[in-house]
Amino acid sequence: MAKNINSSVLNLKPINKISFKQRMLSYKRKPLSFLLLIIVGLAAFLSAAALIFLMVYILVKGIPNLTPELFAWEYNSENVSCMPSIINTLIITCLTLAIAVPFGVGAAIYLAEYAKKGNKLVKVIRTMAETLSGIPSIVYGLFGMMFFVTALHWNMSLLAGSFTLAIMVLPTIMRTTEESLLTVPDSYREGSFGLGAGKLRTIVKIILPSSMPGILAGIILAIGRIVGETAALIYTSGSATGTATNVMDSGRTLAIHMYVLANEGLYTNQAWGTAVVLLVLVFGINTLSAFIAKKLGSKKG
Amino acid sequence: MDKFQIQSMNLHYGKFHALKNINLNMQKNKITAFIGPSGCGKSTLLKSLNRMNDLVEGCKITGSLKLDGEDIYGNMDVNVLRKRVGMVFQKANPFPMSVYDNIAFGPRTHGVKNKKQLDEIVEQTLKDAAIWDELKDRLKKSALGLSGGQQQRLCIARALAVKPEVLLMDEATSALDPISTGKIEELCMKLKNEYTIIMVTHNMQQALRVSDYTAFFLLGEMIEYNDTDTIFSSPKEQKTEEYITGRFG
Repeated sequence: MAKNINSSVLNLKPINKISFKQRMLSYKRKPLSFLLLIIVGLAAFLSAAALIFLMVYILVKGIPNLTPELFAWEYNSENVSCMPSIINTLIITCLTLAIAVPFGVGAAIYLAEYAKKGNKLVKVIRTMAETLSGIPSIVYGLFGMMFFVTALHWNMSLLAGSFTLAIMVLPTIMRTTEESLLTVPDSYREGSFGLGAGKLRTIVKIILPSSMPGILAGIILAIGRIVGETAALIYTSGSATGTATNVMDSGRTLAIHMYVLANEGLYTNQAWGTAVVLLVLVFGINTLSAFIAKKLGSKKG
Repeated sequence: MDKFQIQSMNLHYGKFHALKNINLNMQKNKITAFIGPSGCGKSTLLKSLNRMNDLVEGCKITGSLKLDGEDIYGNMDVNVLRKRVGMVFQKANPFPMSVYDNIAFGPRTHGVKNKKQLDEIVEQTLKDAAIWDELKDRLKKSALGLSGGQQQRLCIARALAVKPEVLLMDEATSALDPISTGKIEELCMKLKNEYTIIMVTHNMQQALRVSDYTAFFLLGEMIEYNDTDTIFSSPKEQKTEEYITGRFG
């Protein structure tokens, strides 16, 4: 019996389903609406197409150049290995995050949880953060060169580069973290305070876990900027070809490596290969971060 | 015996005079209900009892509020006060974690670390809140997946887990269906042997059914305070009579 009903339901023709004919008819009545559909459809298609074209172009040009020599441990002008740059990139990324995340998250916690609403200082900090995130990165690079490299005598080093990048990504991390803290419902805070939990415990145990996905999104954005940055690094961490053995060494990141190769014009093929590596690296970091975000998200239940 | 003694208390939100010269003593192991139309200050008064109003900017309180003779706004540590005076909010607000962790949050805050002891507290408080049978198999599941009524009873259990002396309930049943409301009312009657309960309610029937004493508020003033039967059968003030018979509010 039940089976019969099911099959008869399947055979029914739903009247609420808009057929192609009906849709065309409605567009005929409103041609402007049809025009809009075409424009937005085209916009979506072209945006996706541009991205896909770029990716495919890089992959087609780059993959044939992915030779084993490109991943040799030592760089020389024969193999133009990008291995040292990969390692430098990872070091700079970790170092920059180690500096920027505590300050950025800390500042955001102050702004969202401690500062009184309408506080003048808060407004000043917010405006400054917004301004800073709009400044071209070469300005950070020049500042880094004047301050860290020259004034502090750090010379061109991974440390100088990391500090420069840390200042650059600080506003990003701060703003995304603050936004994410502000979306935590006040009822969580009330609930926690109502149980006699202090401010510290409320922030650490209730508010930060709930806003973790947003904070991680900010960190992923920051990683993207760090890995892709050239202008801020070229005069701070420099473009030495070797693997840095300590943070006071100069060393080039992948993006700078690529910039130099393309600039010299002698190793265009290897530059394409490096582009593929950079693409894969960024993709890998994003996937990993998303995975961590998901893990943290599921842990909190 | 008086649990709370409030003397000539005034409260301002900025320039708005929200509570005017309140004098009120509330008894231990009884249920006291605050009734009155929206905006009359009853929730504000409730939140003053465990200093939740501290979180509101521009809130200014004068007068004296005492818990067991001890000044609430004196040297008492605010976290200790909130441990002694627990609160259940209008909208159920379980934390985004498991049922178990929700209940254990309070005891952990106040220093209980032993796993076995925590297990016992969780089981006992869930039983006290009459929700153990429904939740015992899903202690590790997220509390956000529970129904509204279950969430609210979980919040009551969470408040009970820190062993408070007083339970403040701010329209705790206003968002619930009649069956859940009934369960929570039953729970209150059971709990009053051990706790002092003060509830804000918009539901006159609820005040009549559950409470021992009722205070009626209007525009920041306490119009009348008496035992519930007297308030509802022979109120002294005309305004009280008009409100409880539904002529305004």
